Amino acid sequence: MKAVIIGSTTLVAAAALGFYTWSASQPPAPCGDTAVATSAIGGPFELLSETGALVTDRDVITKPTLVYFGYTFCPDVCPLDSARNAQAAYMLADEGYDIGTVFITVDPDRDTTEVVAEFTDNFHEDMVGLTGTAEQVDAASKAYRTYYRKQDGDDEYYLVDHSTQTYLMMPETGFATFFKREHTPEQIAQTAACFIDAQA
Amino acid sequence: MKLTTLTAATLVAFSSYAAMAEPVITVTDARAFETPPTAMSGGGFMHIKNDGDTDDRLIGITADFPKVELHTTEFTDGIAKMMHADGVTVPAGGMVALEPGGYHVMFMGLRGDPLEVGETIPATLVFEQSGEIEVRFDVVARTMEHSH
Repeated sequence: MKAVIIGSTTLVAAAALGFYTWSASQPPAPCGDTAVATSAIGGPFELLSETGALVTDRDVITKPTLVYFGYTFCPDVCPLDSARNAQAAYMLADEGYDIGTVFITVDPDRDTTEVVAEFTDNFHEDMVGLTGTAEQVDAASKAYRTYYRKQDGDDEYYLVDHSTQTYLMMPETGFATFFKREHTPEQIAQTAACFIDAQA
Repeated sequence: MKLTTLTAATLVAFSSYAAMAEPVITVTDARAFETPPTAMSGGGFMHIKNDGDTDDRLIGITADFPKVELHTTEFTDGIAKMMHADGVTVPAGGMVALEPGGYHVMFMGLRGDPLEVGETIPATLVFEQSGEIEVRFDVVARTMEHSH
């Protein structure tokens, strides 16, 4: 027991030191610690909306928007993250912030427009589900620097490895910051509100 | 007939002996989240408690779906990789929670018959030591702290 306590204290200390070193090397981030200095995330994409219409990033990101890449066959991580993003959006709405939520599939073979529409409606009535051809999805994923890979297996129940970051995108300025799985709805709402205020 | 009786008697004798050192498995909170109409899969979660004094291991699960598997999710640099798990060890005197983000049961091939709130999914868990244990997964709404 004692060994465990010492172990975790060391870990915490190491993590704190690591974080301090990392923080010290970063420019001041007014809206929390998740900002990265890059403008290379995001950009133009062409995908299919829930009605099957061809849409671009300009049609989709018309207000501050949380963008997540996943697939609907995933019964655990993707619903969990999508529900969290939806909850952050509801919290922001209660505070008077209008924010959109977008789910882009990385499994266009199985995720038809109808499937992504129903999947996203499950979490938030305004969540936008996007799919497309394999090429369109790949281009969107590359634009956002996300990773996905269909696992081996020839049956219809294949799994897909994928990135789990959620991006906060602004209609005019593009990428603002990203969130990890560990971020709570409260943290996302707070950070997003800060970025929205900073642009107001 | 005689042979059967004998075998049964031996079995009884053996079980009472084995009761000295064996896992005692209890499954609680078996639940699955509701799915949208076109969903192809659903996730099942539960708590498995072992009040015995030997470890046991969940090695299989069967239910009335085209494919049912035990899965776990590994996270590396923000990338989620879901994987088939061979089994989950339930240590003596311990508890294992199959919770969102970790181990879960994958019910695959829903084929237009989604998991709906109020339904129960009968399933059989297979343990290395304890053998088969019947459970029912209650289909519940995805808990959202925020009610909209």
